[in-house]
Amino acid sequence: MSDLRDLYQQVILDHYRAPRNFGSLEPMSACAEGYNPLCGDQVKVYLRTDGEVVDAVTFEGVGCAISTASASLMTEAVRGLERPQAEALIASFLKLMTGDGNGAAGVDLGKLEVLSGVKDYPVRIKCATLAWHALRAALEGGDSETVSTE
Amino acid sequence: MTAPAPLADGERPPAAGALDVERLRASFPILAREVHGHRLVYLDNAASAQRPEVVIDAVNDCYRTYYANAHRGVHALSEQSTDAYEAARGKVARFIGAPDSHEVVFTRGTTESLNLVAQSYGRPLLAPGDEVLLTEMEHHSNIVPWQLVCEQTGARVRAAPITDDGELDLEAFAGMLNERTRVVAVTHVSNALGTVNDIPAVVELTRARSDAAVVVDGAQAVPHMTVDVAALGCDFYAFSGHKMYGPGGIGVLWGRRELLTAMPPYHGGGAMITRVTLERSEYAAPPQRFEAGTPAIAPAIGLGVAVEFLESIGLDRIERHEQELLSHTVEVLNDLPWVRVLGQGTEGASPRAAVVSLVIDGAHPHDVATILDEQGVAIRAGHHCAQPLMQRLGVPATVRASFGLYNTHEEVGLLVSSLHEVRRIFG
Repeated sequence: MSDLRDLYQQVILDHYRAPRNFGSLEPMSACAEGYNPLCGDQVKVYLRTDGEVVDAVTFEGVGCAISTASASLMTEAVRGLERPQAEALIASFLKLMTGDGNGAAGVDLGKLEVLSGVKDYPVRIKCATLAWHALRAALEGGDSETVSTE
Repeated sequence: MTAPAPLADGERPPAAGALDVERLRASFPILAREVHGHRLVYLDNAASAQRPEVVIDAVNDCYRTYYANAHRGVHALSEQSTDAYEAARGKVARFIGAPDSHEVVFTRGTTESLNLVAQSYGRPLLAPGDEVLLTEMEHHSNIVPWQLVCEQTGARVRAAPITDDGELDLEAFAGMLNERTRVVAVTHVSNALGTVNDIPAVVELTRARSDAAVVVDGAQAVPHMTVDVAALGCDFYAFSGHKMYGPGGIGVLWGRRELLTAMPPYHGGGAMITRVTLERSEYAAPPQRFEAGTPAIAPAIGLGVAVEFLESIGLDRIERHEQELLSHTVEVLNDLPWVRVLGQGTEGASPRAAVVSLVIDGAHPHDVATILDEQGVAIRAGHHCAQPLMQRLGVPATVRASFGLYNTHEEVGLLVSSLHEVRRIFG
């Protein structure tokens, strides 16, 4: 049995109660929506790039502690990264969640490791990855795209 | 005989004629299992109930000893299967007070039953400008089939509002009925709030103001209270086997014979015809007309046994037991300032079936569900396939605990203590 305290670590609860970079973004380069039809959770991710650099990412929506904290931590983690680095981080995080190795080679997930407990709760993995799929869609140039977890 | 267990906190002594819940629990094998090291507390009965051994055995026995296709063969097994399948139909008809077992159509479940009515009754009837009147508390299965048929016919779906207490606003409902209303589709019991709608009143208002047929989604009613379709006065009544302690994959549509007889088939295939040429076919009479292909024979037989199981206990006793669980739960939850119970109405409100929807300050329902699951408590979190209702209530999702005949006051206590654990984690 996994310990609930590993899942709901203080960092996650903190980001759930006080999400960082919450709200829309003006001006922005792209935005994309993530939708989980199973639970109805919805997250909209806004992206502003400056050349090849991720200048800012914000999000809004209603979700559980896992999806909100994951989105909040994500907005901090990708800020200032160059596009390929951001893409590598997304790939690495998604790998961490699916338990497929410990992330992509050479990418340090840092603070995001607090979400690693989610992989012991398979039905909750989609909560953690929702915003990340939306960010990937935004980086791929989508404007108001909706990515679904299903 | 062992001495009765001491009463748990808040538990009431059993009244005369009360259910022997411990004995009933022993007939549900799955209730003995553990989840994450805790005894299972199964409070997701509105999604799907569990099956007693007699139902499991009946399905098993069918496959082991006499299964063959029904209505087909001359051989002994086919005859035995056919007899058992048709006997199940008779049991279901008696159970819901249907005057004639030919009015009982076996389907895959409530969803298919409602789609059948929408397509075979609604589609030939509806014309542009016609209206299908629903309510804001419908399950998606009583919304989407009507949207589909309205797209096909040019009719439109309207929805009668509910009050802040989670009840159908009958006055507003009456005001929305008119000569263009062809179908009224309403749930008997709300799957998300437990509200019991006054179907005879709905029927009376409908008859007075329109020629509409009244279609009732009975999925959440049949396991919890005596249902008599003749007394309700509706035209169609749909429900599922798996919510009434029967097998999955089997459901029922009851319809008035004269309506069923006038309706075209839903699916085409074997068993629903009397004669087929390559040019045209003649259809069988109801219910066979609506049962194309090989039916779910063993599940239907299992459903018949589930009906007998419920009758042997008595729906009135089940209802009384579940009502006690409900009031116990609501009473305890109302004392917790960080819990908000939704749609339980006020004093003098319409009755509720044993469903409690709640939200907890600062904790999303999915997180609540995960924490409860770790303690062996199975509840449902989400929109309960009633997104329009969630929008009406102004919440994205709720935590729903739904009771069955085998739940106990001790389990209500375990539910509440597991909610305290949520509070400890989320603060």
